[in-house]
Amino acid sequence: MTSRTIQGQKNLQKINQASKDGIGGSPLRPDGALKVRGEFAYSSDMWHEDMLWGTALRSPHPRANILGVDVSEALKVPGVYAVLTHEDIPGEKYYGLEIADQPALAIDKVRYHGEAIALVAADHPETARRAVKKIKVEYEVLTPITTEEQCLDPETHGYVHEPHEYKSHAYGNVCHEQKLVSGLGVTDEVRALADVIVSGEYEVGMQDQAFLGPESGLAVPAEDGGVDLYIATQWLHVDRQQMAPVLDLPLEKVRLTLAGVGGAFGGREDLSMQIHACLLALHTGKPVKIVYARDESFFGHVHRHPARMRYEHGATRDGKLVFADCRIVLDGGAYASASPAVVGNAASLGHGPYVIPNVRMHAIALYSNNPSCGAMRGFGAVQAAFGYESQMDRLAEALGMDPVELRQLNAVTQGDFMPTGQEIDAPAPVAELLQRVKDMPLPPPLDLEHPDVRTLPGALSNTSHGEGIVRGVGYSVGIKNVGFSEGFDDYSTARVRLEVIGGEPVAMVHTAMAEVGQGGVTVHAQIARTELGVEQVTIHPANTEVGSAGSTSASRQTYMTGGAVKLAAEAVRHELLERGRHRYGWTQTDLSLVGGKVVSASAGVLISMVDLLGDDAVEQTREHHHRPTVPFDKETGQGFGHVQYTFCANRAVVDVDVELGLVKVVELTAVQDVGKALNPLSVVGQIQGGCTQALGLAVMEEIVVKDGKVRNASFTDYLIPTILDTPPIPVQILELPDPNAPYGLRGVGEAPTVSATPSIVAAIRQATGKALTRIPVRPEHLTDTL
Amino acid sequence: MRVTFSANGKPVEADDVWEGESLLYVLRERVGLPGSKNACEQGECGSCTVYLDGVPVCSCLVAAGQVQGREVRTVEGLGGEDGELGLVQQAFVDAGAVQCGFCTPGLLVQTDALLASDPQPSDTDIREALSGNLCRCTGYEKIMDAVRLASARTCSAEVRK
Repeated sequence: MTSRTIQGQKNLQKINQASKDGIGGSPLRPDGALKVRGEFAYSSDMWHEDMLWGTALRSPHPRANILGVDVSEALKVPGVYAVLTHEDIPGEKYYGLEIADQPALAIDKVRYHGEAIALVAADHPETARRAVKKIKVEYEVLTPITTEEQCLDPETHGYVHEPHEYKSHAYGNVCHEQKLVSGLGVTDEVRALADVIVSGEYEVGMQDQAFLGPESGLAVPAEDGGVDLYIATQWLHVDRQQMAPVLDLPLEKVRLTLAGVGGAFGGREDLSMQIHACLLALHTGKPVKIVYARDESFFGHVHRHPARMRYEHGATRDGKLVFADCRIVLDGGAYASASPAVVGNAASLGHGPYVIPNVRMHAIALYSNNPSCGAMRGFGAVQAAFGYESQMDRLAEALGMDPVELRQLNAVTQGDFMPTGQEIDAPAPVAELLQRVKDMPLPPPLDLEHPDVRTLPGALSNTSHGEGIVRGVGYSVGIKNVGFSEGFDDYSTARVRLEVIGGEPVAMVHTAMAEVGQGGVTVHAQIARTELGVEQVTIHPANTEVGSAGSTSASRQTYMTGGAVKLAAEAVRHELLERGRHRYGWTQTDLSLVGGKVVSASAGVLISMVDLLGDDAVEQTREHHHRPTVPFDKETGQGFGHVQYTFCANRAVVDVDVELGLVKVVELTAVQDVGKALNPLSVVGQIQGGCTQALGLAVMEEIVVKDGKVRNASFTDYLIPTILDTPPIPVQILELPDPNAPYGLRGVGEAPTVSATPSIVAAIRQATGKALTRIPVRPEHLTDTL
Repeated sequence: MRVTFSANGKPVEADDVWEGESLLYVLRERVGLPGSKNACEQGECGSCTVYLDGVPVCSCLVAAGQVQGREVRTVEGLGGEDGELGLVQQAFVDAGAVQCGFCTPGLLVQTDALLASDPQPSDTDIREALSGNLCRCTGYEKIMDAVRLASARTCSAEVRK
């Protein structure tokens, strides 16, 4: 061995360490400092000289014919620049995420409380609000179609969309339907195989995403006749695809740049004020800013589908599941939004992470005159999990079994088949997750001698000093798909550029990924560091100048756009090394980029990247496509429909004031398999945040809708968990790699939101003995006042 | 109307203020301090929390005219004089307490006020003090970590003095 080689190997020991800020590390957010300084520019912070403020007139009725709209008085208000109705729309009048069934402004009728009818642009937001009040609309108010029974009987109650208006539907007021049969289905013969049968009807209320940053943005008319929109969204390209036909502009003249996003959780998948701001800007020739107030935000985005579910499960005496019969009815409200995908998830995941030989499933989404429902974290799977996990507890009780053991006995594992016929071809450690969550230490018992009232149910309301308080413990597990399913090719694009800046190799990552808070920007930089051996990474602002990144939803961004960044960075590395081989005649096949250098495992450092790059940049763009899936068969539900599955198990400990019906969640534990934690700090943060939204659904969050009207469109009346409502959330993560995914990772954002709610309800059931078939659980469900 | 007040130690003046405007609106739209956030604009979420004469308030609930001649300190005024992050700001970044960040400005002001009055709060004290500040992303665990970290750093800084 020559001394030179030894020296090379010593060098190697020093530098052959991946950056601690690469994947698997927890570097700090690149936008963190800006955010804590108050300098991060959110969509509502956009400002332009001479900008106008836009606002919308919204319907007070859930169902009405519009007989006339008179804007003349509104136009006379000093400071008003424009008042627009659907007649002023230059292009297509309808848009939609999956089905173009929603008018950009109401045409001759309104179908939900809060539907936008007209727009005003004025020099001050208050001027715009006052002008809106001067618009005269003559309505013929109709009885809204709001219940399942009414929706399913259009002969009597009518249609939300007249049959000839439907862009797509199954039948009547049914927007989408998915059936599924596996094994022998559910027949009398199959039922006879079960020793024990339990059934139940369950209901889930309408949850809101309640992101804190309201819908907002700034539209700036451009000299080329197009428009530039600075916007908080989850998917820039699909916004543009829906906007351009309405604005009657070619795609390239509708340019979107991501502004700071104050949370999303599915609520920004559909358009809100995008088209409205652009219509006003193009009409007035001035920049127009729209910022929703909180009440308008409740009307301006879709919500989580409320659900009514009927479940029947049969098992043998020793606890083996024999069959499951499920019917899930989701209220999609006035417009389709993501209803078809929500139905697909409910149908294909609605039996839970269990091996069940015989399954029959029927899932539908209805059109109604209730608020539109669409995407919210865990969609379709969240509602169903409350149903099947409630059933597991009911079955365990009927069998006299431990509820965790019953779940473990029937848990799916790698190699099992879903009722869709899809093999689970990656780790599925459901039984292990349950065991781990059960083995985590329990919190200390309630101190009844010297309780701190702030930690009791009722907390600062000082409603109990420990009397009437009962503790309960509950368990649950859930399953969610990652990425878009049923044949959808939701590819992601990334551009990576490597060049020398200030004497250092610097990577620049450009994608259209919507950073909504999840930390995708942190992970992209980590991937670039790992793949290119650099420390300095710049994240280019997300815009439509690069290809689509798909949606920041379905737990998919790290998998999909992270995967695209990996591919593009690998391509940059390949090109750089080829350049070196060509220039210097390297013959080694063991080259890598580490610590800013080209390193051979056998020969040591060959050259610094600064020297190899010189003045030339290397840039590559790549698309990342996940493996193909297929639509589920309409009648049998069979098909390789999902890209990846993800699982989380929870244990909830609650204290219940059984006299007042108040609940305090004492601890909410989560164990989740994440495949590979690219950024453990962010992964844990996602799981804790997801658990907390599940807590909200379990005990407090619901948009109250009566006869089609929203009754609580404010943070005074729609309650989300405060820091006092939220308990410690211990998290354990497993990393069992998925061989199909980049780095083996698994999408993490949604699984805890699916699984945590039923554990809390189970714990309350244990404390109170109440059946609790509806969420959110309210005080009147726990006392005898109902 | 014209409103003059002190923002982060500097005199500011806003002209043509409509009487119905809030302090939050004036800060964000008229004097170039958009750091305080507009999440509910009815005093429920705490995202707009600022110091008014040293007392944390929801700036959305303060009429602009009420701040005439008074002192306002916002999230933009929490940093060190040398442009470094302030102690509470740094703790929020370090602990992973920032996701979307929309609640962060209000939480920073409220945490700053808590630690000024009680440098070593118990967990329950922290939860009580921050119970008027909604966060939708984090589940609050990393926020708890951030306040504990800021508390520990405050105390060790005191010891060093």
